[in-house]
Amino acid sequence: MNEKITFTLNGEPISVTTDSDRMLLWVLRTDLNLTGTKFGCGEGFCGACTVLVDNEAIRSCQTSLKDIKGKHVITIEGLSNNGALHPIQQAFVDHDALQCGFCTPGMILNAYSMIIKNPNPSMKDIIENMDDNLCRCGAHNRIVQAIQSAAKIMQGGK
Amino acid sequence: MKMKNDDYMELDFRDNILQFPLNRRDFLKRFCGGLVVLFTIGDAELLAQRGRRDYPSDFNAYLLIGADGRVACLTGKIEMGQGIITSLAQMLADELDVSIDSVDMVMGDTDRSVWDMGTFGSLTTRHFGPYMRKAAAEARAVLIELAAEQLNVAISKLTVEDGIVFEKGNRDRRISYAQLTKGKIIERHVSGDVAIKDKTQYKIMGKSFLRRDALEKVKGEAKYAGDIRLPDMLYAKVLRPPAHDAKLISVDTSKAEKVEGAIVIRENDLIAVLHKHPDIADKARALIKAEYDTPQAKVDEKSIFDYLLNYPSEKEIISQAGDVAQGAKLAAETFETTFYDGYVAHAPMETHTAIVDVKGNKATAWVGTQRPFAAKDSIAEALGFPAEKVHVLTPFVGGGFGGKSPHQQAVEAARLSKITGKPVQVAWNRAEEFFYDTFRPAAVVKIKSGISDSGAIVTWDYQVYFAGDRGAEHFYEIPNYSTSSYNARGAHPFATGPWRAPANNTNTFARESQIDIMAAKAGIDPMEFRLKNLKHEQLLTCLKTAADKFGYTPAKPPSGRGIGIALGIDADTFVATIAQVDVNRDTGHVQVKRVVCAQDMGLCVNPEGAIIQMEGCITMGLGYALTEDIHFEGGHIIDTNFDAYELPRFSWLPQIETVIIDSKDPAAHGGGEPAIITMGGAIANAIYDAIGVRVSQMPMSPERIKAALKNG
Repeated sequence: MNEKITFTLNGEPISVTTDSDRMLLWVLRTDLNLTGTKFGCGEGFCGACTVLVDNEAIRSCQTSLKDIKGKHVITIEGLSNNGALHPIQQAFVDHDALQCGFCTPGMILNAYSMIIKNPNPSMKDIIENMDDNLCRCGAHNRIVQAIQSAAKIMQGGK
Repeated sequence: MKMKNDDYMELDFRDNILQFPLNRRDFLKRFCGGLVVLFTIGDAELLAQRGRRDYPSDFNAYLLIGADGRVACLTGKIEMGQGIITSLAQMLADELDVSIDSVDMVMGDTDRSVWDMGTFGSLTTRHFGPYMRKAAAEARAVLIELAAEQLNVAISKLTVEDGIVFEKGNRDRRISYAQLTKGKIIERHVSGDVAIKDKTQYKIMGKSFLRRDALEKVKGEAKYAGDIRLPDMLYAKVLRPPAHDAKLISVDTSKAEKVEGAIVIRENDLIAVLHKHPDIADKARALIKAEYDTPQAKVDEKSIFDYLLNYPSEKEIISQAGDVAQGAKLAAETFETTFYDGYVAHAPMETHTAIVDVKGNKATAWVGTQRPFAAKDSIAEALGFPAEKVHVLTPFVGGGFGGKSPHQQAVEAARLSKITGKPVQVAWNRAEEFFYDTFRPAAVVKIKSGISDSGAIVTWDYQVYFAGDRGAEHFYEIPNYSTSSYNARGAHPFATGPWRAPANNTNTFARESQIDIMAAKAGIDPMEFRLKNLKHEQLLTCLKTAADKFGYTPAKPPSGRGIGIALGIDADTFVATIAQVDVNRDTGHVQVKRVVCAQDMGLCVNPEGAIIQMEGCITMGLGYALTEDIHFEGGHIIDTNFDAYELPRFSWLPQIETVIIDSKDPAAHGGGEPAIITMGGAIANAIYDAIGVRVSQMPMSPERIKAALKNG
């Protein structure tokens, strides 16, 4: 059933009128033309569609539009600040922590959510938190290094 | 439209079966706006006569210098994560003497890029690279000639930096490439052969560069096929059968048609629902009622090996020497082992996706493919268009690994666009991706071998069934050997095809396992056993380098330490891998703790990029070694998503250490595949070293480890 859903998207208030049972992933990708959020598996197993809802990493392929009513949604497009890369994005660049790049937005946002809650994550914390985000190219070790490095920089308030 | 089962094994990458030469006139038409310097084109015509196609000799096919001084690298190769967006730019910049920052990559654009067979087989740097470097070197030579005329300075007194030609010792006498080429059409031959640079002259090659596409990718701005948006585009969901051999009996689309905004199309075998939102198209597709006649399944992932061994196949002798039967008689100990390997999926994170816009008698397509030029031909054929009316662009590809050689999705999108008159996107969901994947084939390897009293290998009879022969040949010092490969068309119940280092993962697993079986029986440390039976210079260097890095000390196997070695050759690159594992005897779980890999790849253009490929190979190799195995019943694929089909994940990760040998070889060899081939063998040998039992079937799943422990 069509419904007008209002939420905050990358810092700006927005309203979408559509079937509110539709999944956020598709509303982002098609209705709102934000294609940085990727479809990987459609069942919540891979994490390519990860976005932040109130700073919590969620699978947008499993989250309906009505579930985000009034909430703050951040997608990969909203992470950089006035064109400046977020420290996690910069760390992924500096560590070559990506290959095909398809899992990268989901990886970065999942890492963001973790660091917000745990500003000084151990290697074990990072692995545990990232374990359900899949990467087929095998960039894992570099992703872990990038996250460690980003966490340090973020702690330093930079 | 379904791919024939064995079509993709044709792409075994040893020989370029080429078509459609781009002739001289085509070049002139295409590049008349830029600098055109023509060389002889006889070779291309000759190749055409032989029914083959190779890269053209006109450098304008490879690069274009703009009036602004920016240089377009016009490669038919595509970027799918392997990093050639960086390394090709390095090669072009270095040969042309321009800054790498001035190079723009035009990749897999069939209207602009040089024709290419496809991006696979670790061929970009070693095969395409020399052509592109040669083109750049020739362009540089012509530009210097032109500069000499313009500046009235002898060629010998000129030099180039960052695209500016100037007189040595007098930088004021200068002219840029852009000034030379601006608005000009120049036809000029270079007299004689122009040499490409040697190692001592490299300024950009051989140095590490970060990925040039990283910024777009971390910002979510990088466009993949599924991210292309066109006005009025529709998203299509195509009705799929439950099994590859299922026949449609009846179909009722009435409920799907009632979905607001949905368009149902039926044209012969193609039944699809289109909608302006993909998720609604998907829901509407689920409302289609279709009945199929599915034959009784004859084979599954357990019975496939007997089925394949009984399947009538053709034997090809790959190599032989001496007399294996005689060798067996002389052996103090003989060994006979059968190895098995299941079907493995490519499973790139981006599923097969394409958008095609048919307007009148022209089609424009954005395809996630490893073979844009082949996709162009397939689309043209499906539409009944001449090939020149189809333009394929290849955005970033979200992983390929051999699996994006076919492009059925582009043909589907093209047909639907022609029917509807609108741009149509076809993006497979994960179940479709598994269903239509061209799996790495299930295979069997039978080895009979023997050693002398002193542990010298005296006989080696190697027979590989259905994997293919890449990597089948051994490289040990063996007086009597025979290597045969058995294949047949139509043996598999679904499509199979090249998967990162086709055949070599299976062959290296079998060979290196057998080496360790012999070493164990002889009571010799597996490293020492190899050193005793190996004279191959590069492999010895790799092995010793890896052993040093690892801190390897010899021990009688099984040592209980869980260390395994494997050697291999792929794409002319030599690899030695040492893995260390923990095996949980109760659960059968294997944790790979550490992997050290040394490889000799000849010229290494971007060392950091090559290391990343090695790391990717090692990580991906954990999957085929430990968990990845397609479950099926006949033509029905049971695995539909990552809950059932387990990819390597963060918690699996070993400590990875890589070494790229400072090679004596000036030629570049493969980098995207070699380091994966040794993972199965190294892990199998490490498991044996840990628990004293051998698993001769991949994946070496917990169940198989437990069964091996139970059976001793």
